[in-house]
Amino acid sequence: MATQQSRSAARLMMAPAVILLLGWMLVPLIMTLWFSFRKYLPLRGGDQGWVGLENYARFISSSSFWPAVQTTLIIVGGVLIITVAFGIVLALLLDQPMWGQGVVRILVIAPFFVMPTVSALVWKNMFMDPVNGILAHLWKFFGAEPVQWLSQESLQSIVMIVSWQWLPFATLILLTAVQSLDSEQLEAAEMDGAPFLKRFWFIILPHLSRAITIVILIQTIFLLSIFAEIFVTTGGAFGTRTLTYLIFQRVLESQNVGLGSAGGVYAIILANIVALFLMRIVGKNLDT
Amino acid sequence: MGRIQLNQVQKKFGDVEVIPPLDLEINDGEFVVFVGPSGCGKSTLLRLIAGLEDTTAGHIEIDGDDATMLPPAKRGLAMVFQSYALYPHMSVRKNIAFPMRMAKIPQEEQDRRISSAAKALNLTDYLDRRPGQLSGGQRQRVAIGRAIVREPAAFLFDEPLSNLDAALRVGMRMEISELHKKLATTMVYVTHDQVEAMTMADKIVVLHAGVIEQVGSPLELYRNPRNLFVAGFIGSPKMNFVEGPEAAKHDAQTIGIRPEHIDVSTTEGTWQGTVGVAEHLGSDTFIHIHGIPGCDPMTVRASGEMSVVHGDTVYLTPRADQIHRFDAQGLRIG
Amino acid sequence: MARAVTTQRKALNTAIAWAIGLLIFFPILWTILTSFKTEAQAIADPPVFLFFDWTLENYAVVQERSNYMRFLWNSVFIAGGSTILGIIIAVPAAWSMAFVPSKRTKDILLWMLSTKMLPAVGVLYPIYLIFIKLGILDSRLGLTVVLMLINLPIIVWMLYTYFKEIPGEILEAARMDGASLRNEILYVLTPMAIPGIASTLLLNFILAWNEAFWTLNLTAAQAAPLTAFIASYSSPEGLFFAKLSAASTMAIAPILILGWFSQKQLVRGLTFGAVK
Repeated sequence: MATQQSRSAARLMMAPAVILLLGWMLVPLIMTLWFSFRKYLPLRGGDQGWVGLENYARFISSSSFWPAVQTTLIIVGGVLIITVAFGIVLALLLDQPMWGQGVVRILVIAPFFVMPTVSALVWKNMFMDPVNGILAHLWKFFGAEPVQWLSQESLQSIVMIVSWQWLPFATLILLTAVQSLDSEQLEAAEMDGAPFLKRFWFIILPHLSRAITIVILIQTIFLLSIFAEIFVTTGGAFGTRTLTYLIFQRVLESQNVGLGSAGGVYAIILANIVALFLMRIVGKNLDT
Repeated sequence: MGRIQLNQVQKKFGDVEVIPPLDLEINDGEFVVFVGPSGCGKSTLLRLIAGLEDTTAGHIEIDGDDATMLPPAKRGLAMVFQSYALYPHMSVRKNIAFPMRMAKIPQEEQDRRISSAAKALNLTDYLDRRPGQLSGGQRQRVAIGRAIVREPAAFLFDEPLSNLDAALRVGMRMEISELHKKLATTMVYVTHDQVEAMTMADKIVVLHAGVIEQVGSPLELYRNPRNLFVAGFIGSPKMNFVEGPEAAKHDAQTIGIRPEHIDVSTTEGTWQGTVGVAEHLGSDTFIHIHGIPGCDPMTVRASGEMSVVHGDTVYLTPRADQIHRFDAQGLRIG
Repeated sequence: MARAVTTQRKALNTAIAWAIGLLIFFPILWTILTSFKTEAQAIADPPVFLFFDWTLENYAVVQERSNYMRFLWNSVFIAGGSTILGIIIAVPAAWSMAFVPSKRTKDILLWMLSTKMLPAVGVLYPIYLIFIKLGILDSRLGLTVVLMLINLPIIVWMLYTYFKEIPGEILEAARMDGASLRNEILYVLTPMAIPGIASTLLLNFILAWNEAFWTLNLTAAQAAPLTAFIASYSSPEGLFFAKLSAASTMAIAPILILGWFSQKQLVRGLTFGAVK
């Protein structure tokens, strides 16, 4: 397959994609790095020179930093736990024989295709509105006091909305993994007298472990940077300011580019730690 | 015209030398078969000729012109692949037309060549089908048709029959041989099956670990194998090799004797042994005999009438003029 | 696999699965239903489910008041343009990696993926600044290019996995048949990979359509696609449930339909072939 001619043709044809992505990665990255070492306030005096690590120190020591980290962790962790746990249950359920399997599958997957701004807005108004939302009606029906979802239970509400969006993704991938399980293995275990819970624990769960890891890693990367859901619902208020949102506010709302860029560098480092694990798994798979 | 000459052609994959420098001459109109066990470099050699791989060193000449650096498309060769490599999204007609379309041959000429190829290959009724709707043998013929219409200087076949079942293989073997007689174009054919090599070739090139062990006509190789490898590879069932005192009697390290050159008797002979397995094919009986000093088991071909069973005692006599002698290096003596 | 299951068991499975499926789908269903109600019915207490006076009025109002068509056209232009552009750049790259692999192919593929992991917010200001300098802030072209770049790794990756399944011998046959590289890709590889290319197109169209970071931050009045159109309803004065629902339904309907077609390819595209 590989003659000198085809190899040089290959290099040439790969070039546009590689160069574009290289530019897309390097140029903004270097600019962010550069800004992060400078006092840069576009609306209040512009670039005021080199400040060393001051932005990094200030970003971390600011009173909003640790709450933002905490919020980020709660959202990411909460959504991961909910989507993976329910994803496994749903995947096992959808794998069972039933009528209308295809339709149920479509119903379950549908939320993934709803654009984030729509799902945030629909949840915010039509479900979580304390007066007219469906949930308020439901609470009243059972005689309870309606919950002020997005102001009092704001973090839980966001976790709920985002989980609803990502559950289909987890389900779909876990379902694919469940379906690749050799049914003879399960039948052998059944012949050996293993009850369902044992079969689940010793055969199904280990088989799914790889898919679960991948779901966790990919979702983490996306969840670390959720934006629209917060932008539309609370605008970062009521303790829902994540790291991503904090940086966004520093850069575009308060126009403190130096400080925001330092935050951006932290976010990039954080994402890269997760990405490293994901790459390892994906890379291993490439060899086979 | 289709004369192909390899001068000191060498191929390395990284640091691994798959083909040490070798010379080979393929004459115009010849049917040459590269044969050898898998991994011997025969397919790589064919791909070097095709231009699908670069040579590491050396030159390839086609009809006297240096083609070493030419891309495959410019070498004027056609190739039939092991998997047939038909274009699944095109009809049989389009498949066959593809090389002509690439060469921008006028439509009328394309149609003429397609219909004559289809007639020759019994494909006329299938021209509008897709490859997926054809049997293995038909796909094979489409692949050949696609090669023919190019009117190439030479045809290259890369194990073309290995995906067919046994009965079809015999039929296709004949068809390809007949095609060669009719077209009188050079054909280079790669196979691991020595039967294909023996039945089809004008000239066989036996390869082993990238090295040419022997080049010659089928009968030359059969009668005068140059070394133990060729002797063991050509001929079916395999030649028996006898070592030790029996070989020393003939002043050799090893002697070889083909199963068909041993006479079997139930009463007397040079060697005495016990029947292990007897395979009755009807026309012949292949008997595997244990207890012969220096060779266990020894295979002999007896007539189909020979009825021996497991455990019988038999006597074997090799025909003196058919004994091949080899020295300690495995090379033929005399 | 083929194991006899009692009818009761199957009925039970069906009941549970449908109940959960409908529960998960309910927010979408409710949105669609509400879009056909009057504003009064939309906030009726107790809520009305099916028995109301169906009306298309909301759709007319939304369309009239917000120039929905312009947002729709922006979405189509940006999602479609970025996907097609991405495919054009990715096909040759994926060909190279699938059929002329070198020692570095794997590294390049992984590196491309890693660019996808870059948190957008980390490079928000530089991109913002570049856009201002180039005068392409709030332009369809600028957004198309950005979305193409963020999805390019997925496009290359998906095409690569599809191309890998095409036997190399067929491309070699084309080469022996005298096809130039261009013809080889145009007449042999591309037609054979049509199903793969189509699903890549579909998935990336969906991803681009729903992208809601760059589309919100790099557009204003001119180039805003549907994501931004919907976000504009989050301000309190726009809070009319029925109209909100109508706008939402119009924004998600095309993609829901496309999404149902692409669900099989979703797994491959989103896990980079790590789950089969």
